Amino acid sequence: MDRFLRHKTLVVSLVVIASNAFGNYTLTRGMRDVGSVVSISPLPYIHAMLDPWVIAGIVLLATWMVTRLALLSWADLSYVIMVTSTAYVLSALLAKVFLNERISAIRWVGIVLISAGAFIVARTFPSTAPEPEEPEE
Amino acid sequence: MKWILLGLVVVPGTLGDVLMTIGMKRHGEIEEFDLRSLLSLLWDMVRNPYLITGIVAMAVSFFALMALLSVAQLSFAVPATASSYLVETALAKYVLKEEIDAARWAGACLVTIGVVLASL
Repeated sequence: MDRFLRHKTLVVSLVVIASNAFGNYTLTRGMRDVGSVVSISPLPYIHAMLDPWVIAGIVLLATWMVTRLALLSWADLSYVIMVTSTAYVLSALLAKVFLNERISAIRWVGIVLISAGAFIVARTFPSTAPEPEEPEE
Repeated sequence: MKWILLGLVVVPGTLGDVLMTIGMKRHGEIEEFDLRSLLSLLWDMVRNPYLITGIVAMAVSFFALMALLSVAQLSFAVPATASSYLVETALAKYVLKEEIDAARWAGACLVTIGVVLASL
């Protein structure tokens, strides 16, 4: 049972991390095509939502939101926030590879520290909080 | 002004995460990722008071971050909001009664410092 829980937590965490990072990437890519939309009128936003990259970004970030909530239905908050912080790392790597953004030496150090912190927490047991009292129906 | 906005990013953001965690623990463990579980989750999002207030708090935090980014630099905003990792770990221990052992604290410190450096 414990092994099953660890396995399920790992798989869902990976979906949370990937949907967050790829969602940020596709949304950024789409908004670069669309251009700046700082406006009171909803029309530029609706126009932006017709861009395929923006659509992909919205779908991925909705997936991120739902899977993160699902993960919190059994895993500790202190586990989830640390393990999913690796989305920063993946976002930075995607920005470097596909958006040609530069990563400075100090940012590489930050990326290594985030990865190390997430790795240490990922090895702890995901669920330590006591069961909640029965919700009133 | 930027310190007020920073407070409006960190406080509702951390409270939102804590409320959503309580809400989801009360919702019960999601066993399978099928359409039925998804619909039951969406239904709970509009009737579970912890989830509703949690989502509202996250929305306040998100718009405060947008406002903060319009008056301050990213290199101020991101390191300052990285403190959320330590605040949320403390709240997880005292409010949610999670067992925060040395590994969890070490991870929280590494991630916080890492986020600060990665945003410089």
